[in-house]
Amino acid sequence: MTISTTMLLIILGCCLVTLIPRIAPFILVKKVSLPKWMTDWLSYIPICILTALIVQGMWTVEQGKLILSWHYILALIPTAIAALWTRSLAVTVIVGVAAMALLRLWLN
Amino acid sequence: MKIDLMMHDDRQQFIQGIRDCLPTLLGYIGIGGAFGIVGASSNVSLLEIAMLSLFVYAGSAQFIICALFVVHTPVSVIIATTFIVNLRHFLMGLAIAPAFSQHSMKQNILVGTLLTDETFGVAALQLTKQTKLNPSWMHGLNITAYLCWLLSSVAGALLGQWIKEPTVLGLDFALPAMFIALLFIQLQQQAAGKLMHLLAVVGYTIIFMFVFSYVLPSHLAILFSTMAAATIGVLTKR
Repeated sequence: MTISTTMLLIILGCCLVTLIPRIAPFILVKKVSLPKWMTDWLSYIPICILTALIVQGMWTVEQGKLILSWHYILALIPTAIAALWTRSLAVTVIVGVAAMALLRLWLN
Repeated sequence: MKIDLMMHDDRQQFIQGIRDCLPTLLGYIGIGGAFGIVGASSNVSLLEIAMLSLFVYAGSAQFIICALFVVHTPVSVIIATTFIVNLRHFLMGLAIAPAFSQHSMKQNILVGTLLTDETFGVAALQLTKQTKLNPSWMHGLNITAYLCWLLSSVAGALLGQWIKEPTVLGLDFALPAMFIALLFIQLQQQAAGKLMHLLAVVGYTIIFMFVFSYVLPSHLAILFSTMAAATIGVLTKR
């Protein structure tokens, strides 16, 4: 059970820079009411950011070359079907994790 | 009497928040556990792992911190990277903050402090059905997620003595799987006309991600793709 000075500095700094973007919008919105075009724009954020977070794992670019992550892309298929079919977070996560584990077991 | 009633209502909302968090817990357990294992194998001590989860509390950023720490990256670079990785929470906060704006500043700051990708996703899903959100509900959601993350990362760190590679279990896919469910359930709740428009926006996001991933690190690509696709969404709305 030890903590190094370096890690302590990292934890303090990272705590601060994580808190600021998390809290700032709540203070901002409380002080000023956002214009209509802004709230319209913001209404697209959940869909876009979730899509981007999913797509993020589909490929990596290394030295200008696109490398597809096949396990990830294939695991998306049963996961997507589970989500559409069951509309359940828990079931989708279980299907996704199981699909990924099996893919790694079979396709190596 | 009225205050009593309100407190009772807050309590119920808090409990409902805990309930609505339960389906996402598997994701936290999977990724939190994986983080503990990765941390332990990056020579990060149990106390440090617990403190990272307690004070930084940011899934992907914590993995990156460990990866950078183990190769002796300067502290300033680690902090700057974490800032960029977590900037997306600013956009997420902006998107849901108006739903809490009639509540006190203290409540709003508390909601923001524990906001994560997943609790944001659940809140955004709720916002497709209602225009305002109850902070007590959000606290129930946030605090349950927070505690689960902390406990599972500590459990992972303890397990890390035996399991070296968390990826073999497929646990790392828990998070993308949850994002897929949150996205699809949200899309399924839309009327047919609006759905086509939103699917187009999803398509633009994918195209932007593709283009930006050639020129930007992935966390900035997420940020810029989201902003660009949302802009097209507003401009092409009929």
